[in-house]
This record gives sequence, C-alpha cells and structure tokens, in this order.
Amino acid sequence: MRANFSKQLVPWIVPALIIVAWQLFSMYEIVSSQLVPSPWTVLSSAYQLVVSGELFYHMQGSLARAFVGLLIGGGIGFIMGISNGLSNISFQLSDTTLQMIRNVPNLALVPLVIIWFGIDEGAKIFLVSISVMFPVYINTLHGIRNIDPGFIEMGRMYDLKGWHLFKEILLPGALPSIFVGLRYALGSMWLTLIIAETIATSRGIGYLAMTAQQFMQSDIIIITIILYALLGKLADLLARWGEKKALRWHKNYAH
Amino acid sequence: MTMPSIVSRESTQNKAVQIQLDQVEKKFGELTVLNKLSLEIKAGEFVAIVGKSGSGKSTLLRLIAGLETPTSGFINFDDTTIKESKQSARMMYQDSRLLPWKSVVDNVGLGLKGNWVKRAENTLDYVGLLSYKNEWPSTLSGGQQQRVALARALVHQPSLLLLDEPLSALDALTRMEMQNLIENLWLEHGFTALLVTHDVREAVKLGDRIILIEDGKINLNIKNKAKRPRELSNASQALMEKNILEQIMNGN
Repeated sequence: MRANFSKQLVPWIVPALIIVAWQLFSMYEIVSSQLVPSPWTVLSSAYQLVVSGELFYHMQGSLARAFVGLLIGGGIGFIMGISNGLSNISFQLSDTTLQMIRNVPNLALVPLVIIWFGIDEGAKIFLVSISVMFPVYINTLHGIRNIDPGFIEMGRMYDLKGWHLFKEILLPGALPSIFVGLRYALGSMWLTLIIAETIATSRGIGYLAMTAQQFMQSDIIIITIILYALLGKLADLLARWGEKKALRWHKNYAH
Repeated sequence: MTMPSIVSRESTQNKAVQIQLDQVEKKFGELTVLNKLSLEIKAGEFVAIVGKSGSGKSTLLRLIAGLETPTSGFINFDDTTIKESKQSARMMYQDSRLLPWKSVVDNVGLGLKGNWVKRAENTLDYVGLLSYKNEWPSTLSGGQQQRVALARALVHQPSLLLLDEPLSALDALTRMEMQNLIENLWLEHGFTALLVTHDVREAVKLGDRIILIEDGKINLNIKNKAKRPRELSNASQALMEKNILEQIMNGN
C-alpha cells in the first residue's frame, strides 16, 4: 500500500518542484511578472476565464474543429488505406500521389488554403484533415498488408467473402496498426490546430492565445499552452482506452 | 465414455466425397511439382500421403482443396467440378490458424450462419474443450488449439477433410491423442479424409491407403487393411512402416 502510494507520487515530484521554483522566481521579482506571471496569477486568471464562460466557449470551438477534421481526414485515410491494402490497382493508382502530398509540409499549404477557403472554418478543418489523413492512411495500409496470408486463405476455405472476410479477418487483423495510426494522428491534429487557429479567427484556443499576445497577457498564453497539453493528453488517454478495449485479445494489451 | 454426437446419425453417413485425379500436372514457372499424376480416392476412404519435403504432397492437397489450379489435367468430385465441391471440403493446417481476436467458440462458429452457437458448443464438447469456449486462443496449448481447429472444421459436417501435417508441431503424447481423436471422428462420420504427413508411422496408423509421392509422382500405393484401432507394435504394421521408410530413403 505504502509502496504503491509513493510510486504514484514519484512522477509528480519534478512538476511540483518546477511550480514551486516558478512561484519563488516571480515572488522575488527575479524576472518581471509581466513576462512570467506567478502560478497564482495564472490560476486566478484561469478561474476568471472559467467563470465568465469564455474558456468553455473557445474550447468548444477548438474541439469542434479537431473532431470534424479528425472525422474527415481520418475517414479518408482509413478508406484509402483499406482500399490500397486490398487492391493492387488502387495502390498503383493512388499511393505515389498520396506520398507526394504527404511530403508537402502542412504549413506550406496555409497561403493557398486561405485563398481557397478564406479564413472561415473550412480552412482550419481542411488543414486538420490533411494532417490526420496520412498517419491513418499509412498505418491502415501497413495493418492490412501485414495480416498473415494464412488467415485469409483459411477464411476463403471457410466461405468468407467480401464484407464477411473484411469484418472477421481483415479489420480485426489490421486494428492494432490502425490504433497506432490514430494515436499518431491525434498528435499531428493538435499541432496543426494550433497553427490553423492563429489564422484570423474569432474563436478557439489559438484565438485566445493570439489576442492575449497583443495585450501582453502572458498568464493567458500560459493557460492556453497548458490547455493544449491537457487536451492532447486527454485525447491520447481516450485512444488508449479504446485500444485496450478493442485489443483485449492481444497479449501486448492484456490487463 | 459416451461422446455427444454432433448431428444425428442418419445425416452423418453417406456424406463423403469421391475424388478422381486425372493426369494432374502442376508447374510453378519452370519447376514441375506434380507430374501427370492420376489417383482415385473412394468415398469415405482415409488416404495418407507421405513424402519428403518438396515432393509435392502439400501441393496435391492444395489442388484438391481448390486453393491452387492444376496446370493441366482434371480433378473431379463425384462428377462435379472442383468449385462446387469446395463448399464441403475443410482443411486443417500445421498451425491452427485460429483467429486470435475471436474467442474459442467464435472461432468454431466462423462462417456459420443462423443460430450456430449450440452447434459450435456441441462440437467443442466433442473435442473436449467446451469449458474453454470463452477463452482467447492464445491462452490454449498447441494441442488444444489444434483440437479447436478440428472442431471448426467438423462443425461444417464436411464430406472431405484435408489434413496438412496438422500434428507435426505437437509433442508425441498429444499427437497420439489427436490421432485417436481424428480416427474416431472419421469412423463415426464417414467423411473422406486426406492426410499429408512426413511421419510414416502416423500414415500407417491412420490410412486405409498409404501413398508415397516422390518428385511429383506416386511411387508407392499400399492398402492397409489392418483392423482399427491399430497397434503400432503389431508385426505386419511395423513391417509396412519399415518398407515405406526404406523406399523413401533409397528412392533416389
């Protein structure tokens, strides 16, 4: 019991020390509190944002973009991965194109995206979609390609065709790899969202940070950074939970 | 010990397939694996096929299973072509090929339609693994996994059971148990059985007929009329085993 408790405590020692040091630094004005506000200031500003409902409003905006982008980009990546994994013609036809697009840095697209979609939601969702599409695509393709051909032959021997073969053998066989892709995609989703939200917007965590910068509110900038960290961690936890649930059969995910 | 029957007796019998191979040739590129091979297998017969690695014995099985097509020649099943009769052929491999993401009972039910759970459970009971029905296959031993694979094949009431060295990865004791199980199932259900093995003793124990394939040709075709279950220490059985082994060793 005691050992367990201290085990849970150990990972938090360093963060706690950092916060204490941070508080001391700003209390003794070693650096200007304008540049580095004290943890206490940050906390009370966060409280203000929560109470006014502002935080919730901006978070909702960001989450909606993230979710819609993940759905569109992840969906396309998944479908392309499946179809290129199963059909050689489809692979020959589209893989080279996809790989070329993949190697274009997302941010290089920003000027073009603004011309195409304006500065509306469309532009942001497009960027997020593009960024999640490729990790999902590559890992789904890899998952399908790596299924033991013995399973597929066995399935055919047992009269599994088309949708049934997909549902019973191909999809579950590729699932461990698809989850790797999903978790990877979540990472690049937040990364792209942060940048997409600095393009003229009126809502979202990125907007909050940009306006805070203009008014030198470093406490609010810090809050947005922490918020991104928390949301990223939360998304990863959700994905891991789903992974564990779906891959109970896999010895690496048991318990 | 009385074993639960998978289905009623009437429907189990007379569900066996007769196979005729006529001048079957199989080439992979330049390499001839089966060389104009002709063979007749009677309905309900247990044929054991032995031979060295690379002799073409597994290819023969895969041709009969419809997993490969012959380069030339014909394979007939009771006068129907390979595609129609593939429906009632089931195959067991050296590895169990149980789907790791399905529980034991769901593996047995693979490809079954309608209300199959009871049937799958009965078949699992038959191979003695009903209590494992909700386990993941990875928690089972190698022998247990092959039993589940056997149940998965049997639940379809095949008219032809193809066995591609299904016991070669098992330890000696488990292998003997499995040989008895397969023999009993075959005696009860009367399907046609084709066993590919490199274990001559196993072939002599189980086969009505033992066929030796060397370089894509049938070099021995011996009937074994000994009563079942067969004693391996029996002199005539031991002699048969010795003769076959000698032919394999001196053949080339």
